Order: sequence, then C-alpha cells, then structure tokens
Amino acid sequence: MLHEPAAVHGIDEAAAYKRRLGLKMLAVYSVLYVIFIIINVVWPKAMGTMVVAGLNLAIIYGFALIVIALLLALVYNWLCTRHEKTFETEGKA
Amino acid sequence: MGEVSALAVIIFIVIVGLVLFVSFYTARRSRSASGYYAAGGRIHWGVNGIAFAGDYLSAASFLGICGLIAVAGYDGFLYSIGYLAGWVVALFVVAEPMRRLGRYTFTDALDAKFNKRKVKLFAAMATLIVSIFYLIPQMVGAGVLIEPLLGFPYWVGVVLVGVIVITIVATAGMTSTTYVQFIKGSLLIVFALVIVIALLVRGLSTAPDQGGKVPFYEYKTITATQTNGAITPTDPTYTVAGTHDVKVKDKVTTFVNLQHEGIATWWKATIAADAVALHETQQVVVKDDGAKYVNGAPASDDNQLRQVGNMSRIEGETDTNTGALSPFKYLAVIGSPDSTIGLWKKAAWTDGGESTSVYYESPVPGDRVTRPGLNFKVEGSWVDRVDFVSLMIALFLGTAALPHILIRYYTVPSQRAARKSTVVAIAAIGFFYVLTLFLGLGAMTNGTINVLDNNMSAPLLAKSFGTFLFAMISAIAFATVLGTVSGLIIAASGAVAHDLMDRFGGLIKTERQKVVAGRISAFVVGGIAILLGLAFQGINVSFLVGLAFAVAASANLPCIIMMLFWKRTTSWGMVASIIVGIVVSVGLIAFSPTAWELYGLNPADAPIPLKNPGIISIPLSFLAIYLVSKMTKPDMMEEHRATAPRAPATEPISGAALTE
Repeated sequence: MLHEPAAVHGIDEAAAYKRRLGLKMLAVYSVLYVIFIIINVVWPKAMGTMVVAGLNLAIIYGFALIVIALLLALVYNWLCTRHEKTFETEGKA
Repeated sequence: MGEVSALAVIIFIVIVGLVLFVSFYTARRSRSASGYYAAGGRIHWGVNGIAFAGDYLSAASFLGICGLIAVAGYDGFLYSIGYLAGWVVALFVVAEPMRRLGRYTFTDALDAKFNKRKVKLFAAMATLIVSIFYLIPQMVGAGVLIEPLLGFPYWVGVVLVGVIVITIVATAGMTSTTYVQFIKGSLLIVFALVIVIALLVRGLSTAPDQGGKVPFYEYKTITATQTNGAITPTDPTYTVAGTHDVKVKDKVTTFVNLQHEGIATWWKATIAADAVALHETQQVVVKDDGAKYVNGAPASDDNQLRQVGNMSRIEGETDTNTGALSPFKYLAVIGSPDSTIGLWKKAAWTDGGESTSVYYESPVPGDRVTRPGLNFKVEGSWVDRVDFVSLMIALFLGTAALPHILIRYYTVPSQRAARKSTVVAIAAIGFFYVLTLFLGLGAMTNGTINVLDNNMSAPLLAKSFGTFLFAMISAIAFATVLGTVSGLIIAASGAVAHDLMDRFGGLIKTERQKVVAGRISAFVVGGIAILLGLAFQGINVSFLVGLAFAVAASANLPCIIMMLFWKRTTSWGMVASIIVGIVVSVGLIAFSPTAWELYGLNPADAPIPLKNPGIISIPLSFLAIYLVSKMTKPDMMEEHRATAPRAPATEPISGAALTE
C-alpha cells in the first residue's frame, strides 16, 4: 500500500543550528557523565568523600547530573525557540 | 501480606476503571491509522511530556530501582542517574529528527532516507525484539504487585495485566495510551512526593515500628564457646543440632542449627578467637515431603518471613529517634560513618531432599550505603568494573533507542512540540528519580523490605504510612505497568502491522485494514507478554530493564546516529548494524552469568563473564554500519544527502507546521 517515504517533508531552516547546538550540549553532558563513571571505577572510595552538609561526592555528583540535565534542556529549548522565531520573523518580513 | 484491604480493592478498581473509561472514551479517535498509531499527532506537548514520564517511569523505575536502593543503597540510584542521562541524548540528538522523519513507527524514521524494504524488515524486527525484552520486567512487576494488593497469586497479576492492556490497545490505540500515561505519570510523581514528605516527617529510628503498626522485632544474639571445633551456647536452654558452612568465594560463613523450646532454627555464627556469637536469622526450610517451615514453625498466613531493614546505630546513638528531618539531613544521617544499617543477605543449601534458605543481617556503616559498591563491584576485579561501565553506557544510550519512547514523538504536531515535551519529560523524570533515593533508603531503614522480593519495597514503605497510601501506590504502580505495557504493545503492533504487513509486505490495502491488523497484533503480542511474565518470576525488574536498554542501544541507536550524522551511510550498513547489534547483545546475554543462573547452572561457569553486553555490542554495531557502508554503494535518497550535516541550513520536516 504505502511504499513511499513515510513522511511528507517541509523545510526547517533552523535545523543546522539546532543540530550543532545539540551536539555541543551533548558533548558537555557526556564529559560530566564519563568523569562520573571514571571516578566510580578508578577511585570508587573517592565517591564516599564528604563534600558538604554531610553529603558525599556520590550523592552530590548524582544529583548534579540530574539537575544539570534539566538546566541544559531548558537552555537548549530556549536557544532553539529563539532561533526558530528569528526565521519566522524574517519569513513574515 | 496475606490480608487484603477493602480500601485497596476499591482504589484498585477505581484506577483500573478510570484507565478503561479513558480507553473507551478516546476510542472514536482511533478509527484512522494516524489516530490509532500516533493519536492523530494532536497531543499537547505538556501532556505528551508527562505521558513520556508515564511511559518511562515503568515498573522498573518505580519498583526495581526503589527495591535495589533498599537492599544495595546507592548502587540502585545509579540506575536512576543512567536512565535520566539517557534523556539528554534523546533531546539533543533524536527528538526533532524523529518527529521530522517518522509517521507511525521507529522504522519509518530509520527508513525515511532510504525507502528500502530490507531496512523496513530489520528495523521492525529490532522493534519487536526490544519491545519484548522490555515487556518482561513490566509483566513481572504486575505479578509482584497483585499478591499484596488483592491477595491473588502472581500468575493472576500477569494475566490480568495482559487482558486489560489488550483491551486498552485494541480499543483506542495511542490516544488512550497517551492519556492513561499522563494520568498515571502525574499520580505517580504526586504520591511518591507525598510518601517522601511523610518519610521525612517520621525521621529515623533505631527501632522502626511502621508508625506503631508493626512492633519492632529485635533479633537476638547469644554467646557460645568453641572447643575442638564444637560450638556450645552458654545458655543451656539452647542445644546444637547441627552446623553448616557456606562458602562464597573465599569467605566461609558458619550457620548453627539450635534447638530451643522444641523449635529448631538456624543462627549465624561469628567466630573470633575464643569468643563465638550466634545471631538469630530468618529461614525457610522445605522438607523432602514438600512441607514448608518458616523460622522453625509450619508456614501459614500468620507465620511468614518478617519484613526487615533498620538502623542499629544513628550517628553513634543505639537507642534514638531523630524526629522530622530535612531532605539533606535525612541523607546525611543515613550516610554518616557513625550510623550502622542492617542489610540482609541470603545463604541457601540443599541437604538430601531438604532445602534451606537462611536470611541473615549484615551490619554496614552508613557511609558504605551511600556510595557505590554494594551491588556493582566497582572495587572488585577488572571484569566487575568493565561490567559496571557497560551498564552505564547502555543506560545512557538506550533511552533514545526505545521504540515505545520514540513513537511518542509522532503524537505531537511539530518538531518544536517534540522538543518541549522532552524537556517536560526530563523535569518530571528527574524529579521522580531524586525521590527514588529517599524511597529506597526509607524502605531500607523502616523495616519494609520483603526479603523474598525487594521489588515490593516501595509499596510496603507506603503501607507503613497507612492502607490508603499503600493502596494508592500499588494501584498506581499497577496502572504504571498497564500504561507501559500498552505503549510497548502499540510499538510492537505497529512494527507488525505498519512496518511488516504494510510497508514491507504490501499486504494492507486500506487504512481500516491497517488498524484491524494493529489490533490483532496487539492480541498476539499481549499473549506473548503474559507467557514471558510467567516465565521470569522473581528476577529484579530493574536488572531486566537494563538488559532491554542494552539491546535497544546496540540494535537501534547506531543506525539512528549514523543515519543522521554520516551521509555515507547505506541501507546495507543499517541492516548489518541491526543484525550485529541484536545478535551480539542477545548472544552475550544468553551466555552471561545471569543467564547461567536462570538455567540453574553455576554463574561462575558462564562462558561470558559480563552481565551487561553494551560495552561490546554497541561499538561492534557502530563498526558494522561503518564497514558495510564503506563496502556498499550509497543509496540514501538524493534530497536527504543534499541536506545531511554540514549542508546549508535547510532540512525537510513533516507536513505539520514547525510551530504548534
């Protein structure tokens, strides 16, 4: 029945910008994640080091990975939306 | 656990009824293929974001992670971290291209740049295999929940989920699944937060009594002497009836069978120089005639294993109650080096026709519980460490390759909506995963761990705050299973009806036929899910999900990444990558220590020492797509090659507007 491409295509002029931005942010998060894994397997006892308020590095780093993921997501969405709106404004003009 | 509360039954019926009502109410929207498989692409990004959370916070996240934290501390939380990190990959790399390239299924997106039958075939197979791997832990979770909630046996829970889910999916497809996930995801996060607040208000105690509901049981320790290897209790009312040594790696643990007031029980011996201490344990003995004894007396509804888990020392104090604590103080007190937590281990042996399982307390300093190492042997051999790295890689890369997650990108009207819904999902899921640490540690320290099945730790923790919370959490957890299984069955039925029967086989002539084929597929996949749920009873669901992630990350992610970012990718390269990813990951699992244990063999004899295959299977899958693409003729369609990365800033998008 449907041996044609699955989707109908239009143009997203911000695609290249969003792709570059996404890769950069992914690289930043990946570095943090890899460091976390490395500490766990190379210096596992370091994760027990008390950092602040009786909380150790394992808990602080774990929470940080969750919070940073959300912050990066919000920044990414804000930058992408702003860039898309630029094209929309230019299109209307 | 045998008693059934009327309130629990009522809440269960209300929530399941609500789920079914949503299904029938939304049924009219699923008459077209678009309505059935993608909810017509009209779901609001906020609703879809929470529905993403509903999809993702499955039985594994809720039951498995909390259970693992309850028995192994921080190591369970590593799953939370890895699962959440995977969403970063989904947002930054996959979300918008998936929305742009696909229509109903993951295969649509993979095949969009090729339009080749072989890609459709193998991508659909990958979807089916990953969905089935992911279905197993969900069905196990359903079986685990039904017994304490409604008093039915495990198999009833599995069958009940299968029947309800088939009804949901066959009735209304993706629309009902989306709203079910939205409701369930919202309820799960709200009630998890309620339990955590209640936990913090209760604080920590060295004698937790579940708010006065269950008296704290203090396990006895008696002294003994050892002469020429023979142990003799100093209290003459105890007599030794036998001993048994259990060797785990190089460590030998001695258990002593003591007779006291006509009852024989096993005690764990701690032998140091001349001093011997005998610690009371819990045990299940099954005689050769099948008679079952719990803690020395015949098993019955009134004589079951006690729930366990408490702190014997809180910041140096042995008889104390902290009162209400702030969230950070709660973690700091549990993680203090001056706190001691009783974790429970199991030793088992068979003697003639009699099998014995002994559960004994093993005190651990608090700071050992709040760092890695109790479950993942990160201080062990290099194989153990590689295994841990392998798991963390699979969790990071698996999310963006799960078919039932990817198809949710088609339910929103635009790329921007896909992106925004992913951000909402990260916020909701991240918040929930922070709560899992409190829930797990709460179960660990409040005497709410069932030693036979740690998957029930979170619902039992809720039960310690009253029947209402227990009933709500259990019913939500059950709805969690319903929602996730629904999503998986939609993904699998889409692979069969849309990818294989229609786009690969050309067997479907009308939209109506495609919807009917999807519904029939849902029946078949639902039946398979029931059988798998029955076969895998008793396995930690979080571990099973970890394996599903490894298969998804191996079979699907390399194709997605290379298709998006390497214009030289060919359809044969994609096929090779999928085959290598599936064969290697499933093959490594089949010969792993975990599989050996399932087969009833000694895990140490398994030919593959790794439990998690990702570190081998994912790179091999990438290598396969690279090498085969290099060796074969480019066949990416021209309009896509022209807009591949580093090309001018133009990119095809779906017919829907960019803005929602």
